[in-house]
Amino acid sequence: MNRSIFVTALLCIGLFTLIAYGLLIAEEQWHVGAVAIGAIVALAAAAKLGGLAALERAHGDSPGRVQAMLVAATLVLLWRFHGDHFALLMIAKVMLFCVACLGLNVQFGYAGVVNFAGAAFLGIGAYTAAVLMAHTAIPHLLVILIGGAVAAAIGLILTLPMLRTRGHYAALITIAFGILFKTFLEVNDVLGGPQGLKLQGMEVLGFAFNDNIEYGEEGEVSFYLNYALLALLILIIAFAAVRRLERSWVGVYLDAVRIDELSASVFGVNVGRWKVLAFAFGNFLAGVAGAVFAAMTGFIAPADFTLSESLILVSIVILGGVGNPWSIVPAAALIVVLPEKLQVIQEYRILLFSILVVLILRFRPDGLIPRRLRVFGQGGKR
Amino acid sequence: MSLLQCTDVTVRFGGLTALNKLTLTIDRGEVLGLIGPNGSGKTTFFNALTALYPLAMGQIQFDGKGLHGQRPQAIYAAGITRTFQRSRLCLSLSVFDNLMIGNHRALQRDLWFNLLRRRALAGEIEDNIERARALLATFSKRLPDQLFAPAGALGMIDRRRVEVCRALISRPKLLLLDEPSAGMTHEETRELMDDILLARQVDPALAVILIEHEMGVIERITQRCVVLNFGQKLCEGPYAQVAADPAVQQAYLGED
Repeated sequence: MNRSIFVTALLCIGLFTLIAYGLLIAEEQWHVGAVAIGAIVALAAAAKLGGLAALERAHGDSPGRVQAMLVAATLVLLWRFHGDHFALLMIAKVMLFCVACLGLNVQFGYAGVVNFAGAAFLGIGAYTAAVLMAHTAIPHLLVILIGGAVAAAIGLILTLPMLRTRGHYAALITIAFGILFKTFLEVNDVLGGPQGLKLQGMEVLGFAFNDNIEYGEEGEVSFYLNYALLALLILIIAFAAVRRLERSWVGVYLDAVRIDELSASVFGVNVGRWKVLAFAFGNFLAGVAGAVFAAMTGFIAPADFTLSESLILVSIVILGGVGNPWSIVPAAALIVVLPEKLQVIQEYRILLFSILVVLILRFRPDGLIPRRLRVFGQGGKR
Repeated sequence: MSLLQCTDVTVRFGGLTALNKLTLTIDRGEVLGLIGPNGSGKTTFFNALTALYPLAMGQIQFDGKGLHGQRPQAIYAAGITRTFQRSRLCLSLSVFDNLMIGNHRALQRDLWFNLLRRRALAGEIEDNIERARALLATFSKRLPDQLFAPAGALGMIDRRRVEVCRALISRPKLLLLDEPSAGMTHEETRELMDDILLARQVDPALAVILIEHEMGVIERITQRCVVLNFGQKLCEGPYAQVAADPAVQQAYLGED
């Protein structure tokens, strides 16, 4: 095994961690701007010098080791900010958005089913969790899974009209659903109407997530760390599932359905079945993310699950690179953290992201980190 | 009993009758040429046979089962595969992925198997890589090395070979070739036809229906021809016989 490749990979991961640290620690507007510009320069240099390519090679050679390094870097980051509510909330939010976007990636990037109602499925998970935690004694980890299952089930109803249409028209159905969902929440008094619902916070085996942990003298661990760790765990599982899905026969069928429905059906591929499966799989992930998000923020309202939030999710997938799960992480970090930190752009974020997405589609249609060719087995090496 | 028996197969698009009461049979191991001028309904027949177009009328019996009114997936499962006139490979996927789309029938479709039974899946993948290599090697010595190249990186003739391999890998009983020589030079066409003859030696029971405009190819590899004109069967018989038929000459060259 080539050691210098691993050292380079380690340096790259260090650089990512440093950038994330810099963005989270910066307070003044010009600090944030400086970190952002510095990050762009540093990443461009790393790409130019072959550092990012080495990282990819190292991951190809022994994925387990590189993935462990990435998780370790995240844990270091989490521990560094263990007392900082806001930073931990940001990190956890990025990870939950990653989970939802992994779902969109399966739908849009693999099966070619466009979903402009991502935030609505996030919302279904969130409201399911809010209602179940307030009115039932179902264990909270199970509630999260139920949130995903309910989102998937409601998505299945939506596939009935979607399978009868193609392309833009299927996309329109999801847009209509997203808008209907928000309106439904606003006029529904049982679900809190426009004011939304409050949540008590999670409790697993008697351990209350919402308590800060005090240690030593004046030391305190923010309760958001609990949620960040849970989000990390869910992200790891979702990531592994999506990567396995891509590198299996199912991944081949989903690609066949997206690229050429007609020739896929001539070779026996059941186009409808795979579209439904991808849609349900993706919505399950969005629902799970929504449930954790609701428990973490302690308060949800229809305004959190609007069409523009759905568009943010889609733009993360397009910006990163459609079909490449890795690309979602930096794209989500950029799109979620930057507007929170750079308040000057907060008001114009949708406008700026639209411009960014148009630029990407024009000059780099495969995204910042394009999807790689699927290679099975030993990669044809013998 | 013949392998495929089509009776009065009719396809209509609105007021246009693209295929009018076509009756046609093919036996196991036979190579049948389907010829006729442009627009005479040859590709329409393939599309009707593979259930891409609905039949307005008629029956299709294949291997003792009725196939009319079925879905494309059922046609494939019964053992009929095809190529397309304009290549329909997934160009952004590897050659191997394209072949595996063709091998759909033999692969695990279960989600739990694909996600959780990693070792069994890896074994299935290795077996199929070997199979794909062996099949490609019968067509070209260089092609197995391209197994994990994107299909879009191949030249025209290799793309056609991959398309034929995709249709052959599931070991069908009937192969439909829709103008495999389109867009290729004479030399390339000759090579491809040799390959197809070779594939038939491997599986002598394989029946082939070939749509082709290159009459040299038809003469060389078919045992029998069916001539279509305006969606109707004009005549059938060995190539030498139909080529001499004045009605066929008139259909191709027009009346004086």
